[in-house]
Amino acid sequence: MTGATVETAPKAVVTADDVSFAFGDRPVVDDVSLTIEPGTFLGLVGPNGSGKTTLVELMLGLRRPDSGQVRLFGTPAHEFDDGERVAYVAQHATKAAGRMPVTVREAVTMGRYPHRLIGRFSDSDRQAIDEALERVGLTELTERRVGRLSGGQRQRVFIARALAAQADLLVLDEPTVGVDAESRDAFYDLLRDLNATGITIVLIEHDIGVVTTHATEIACINRKLHFHGDPETFAETNALADAYGDGRAVLEHDH
Amino acid sequence: MFEMTSLLTVKLFAFAPFNWFLEDAYGAFMEALAKALGLPVLEYAFMQRAYLAAICIGVIGPLVGTFLVHREMSMIADTLAHTAFAGVAVGLFVNNALSLSLSPIHSALVVAIGTALLVELLVQYGDVTTDTSLAMILTGGFALGSVLITATDGGIAVGIDAYLFGSLTTVSRASVGLLVLMTGLVSVAVVITYRPLLYVTFDATAARAAGISVVWYNRLMVVLTALVVVSAMQVMGVILVAAMLVIPVATADSARSFKRSILAGILVAEVTVITGVTLSYQYGIAAGGTIVLTGIGLYVLSLGGRRLGLRTRAWRRIGRPGERVFTRIIDNTASEPKADGGTEDEER
Repeated sequence: MTGATVETAPKAVVTADDVSFAFGDRPVVDDVSLTIEPGTFLGLVGPNGSGKTTLVELMLGLRRPDSGQVRLFGTPAHEFDDGERVAYVAQHATKAAGRMPVTVREAVTMGRYPHRLIGRFSDSDRQAIDEALERVGLTELTERRVGRLSGGQRQRVFIARALAAQADLLVLDEPTVGVDAESRDAFYDLLRDLNATGITIVLIEHDIGVVTTHATEIACINRKLHFHGDPETFAETNALADAYGDGRAVLEHDH
Repeated sequence: MFEMTSLLTVKLFAFAPFNWFLEDAYGAFMEALAKALGLPVLEYAFMQRAYLAAICIGVIGPLVGTFLVHREMSMIADTLAHTAFAGVAVGLFVNNALSLSLSPIHSALVVAIGTALLVELLVQYGDVTTDTSLAMILTGGFALGSVLITATDGGIAVGIDAYLFGSLTTVSRASVGLLVLMTGLVSVAVVITYRPLLYVTFDATAARAAGISVVWYNRLMVVLTALVVVSAMQVMGVILVAAMLVIPVATADSARSFKRSILAGILVAEVTVITGVTLSYQYGIAAGGTIVLTGIGLYVLSLGGRRLGLRTRAWRRIGRPGERVFTRIIDNTASEPKADGGTEDEER
């Protein structure tokens, strides 16, 4: 990391100001304002089709808002090019990756690619990869094909990739779909430990119980932002019922 | 166009050394090999060229094809090959109309690269119609080619079979030269861009979030595909050329790592082309077709081998229960109803 990190360090990781986005004439994110401070573990909850994934894509600059502005580490998100600071595990990423002949080590090494797109890896690159593998407990499995691992192990490969990148922001979209309960608990403990070391985490999760236990902040959206605050307050308010409405969301979600 | 002119300059520049290579280095080596193995076929200059061409195709086919197959874009190779045929026809047509003597391979290169970029746009902005668009471009290109060829009077239809089905005897010095040059160019390009290409293939969204320009690497990939397809089509024929980007890759799919799968793909492709060219010469049958059938034969063998391998592994696992530590069974909690009542994972 360079001097630039020091300069931008006090800034919020993500700031969204009055952000709206629509697919054609169907609004998906409506006037959302949200700030994520460094070191936050934000759980993003909401019904299916509520715009959680789209909001995250807006935050990462993968989509441009129709109106409003998103800043990522102080830069307009779509112009942000310091890719090594951000790691994203998209929904179903691990399922798709299962078909390719790629070893655990190869996949984790990809975390270093933004640092070194060409040329030999330095000792510090290799060290970052080894440490990441060790951190998630995959040292024994480095030469396995990712597709031959269990769901939980595969998930840890993707986390290790983010760790190898030494990213400051880790964004996960429903990472534990298809993972057994035991591995899932271990996985969330791992996330909490990582967060304790200072990594900012944004987690989209359908299991509200899990989110309220592990996250330091909750944002509840259904197109609009219904709640943003700490988990205790979230449990007391009826933001959840507001956001989920009368079951309409389930009917609407049919993509 | 700039790319083309610089390409031609490079080619002219490399011509004298290439002749030296073809005759004094490679040719001498093949003659020695012919004597050592007692195979006079290796002494004929046209067969030497055919083997050299085949070896080059065996390298660049899987080198580009591995990325293409794992992005599930193999159809693009076939599309580009068929539009390259239109490129050949355009070249012949223009030559005939304006009494020029352009190489139809060069016009094929231009048309294929142009189509490659167009196809990439379609894939980028495409939705469900991408498949349909590709099919339309594929047949459209081929249709244009056939129309142009019949619209031109004179004997241009004569050499067309060679482009359609491929041929060993028509592999000229210039086309081997082009193939060697392309092999160098494509190999260097893949080696330089290996990391971003792999990242984009493995997890395009994460690659984008990590600041890698997925669009540009996709463009690079389709242009490389166009180069491979056009340079290989004289041996393989436009109808069959895409096979060399796909079949060896599928055969090598059980490799553990991505790097190994590329190397294994190249190895399989080399066995395929060398066997295919030899059989084709021996029995006087079409080169492209023989190569493709050999490739499919190897694929079927590898399937059989893989099944056998799995069975032995299963036996071994029963013998050594310690192995089971790694095979954790996914329990059924994953299919419990979610808090929001959603069914996201069943939908896909």
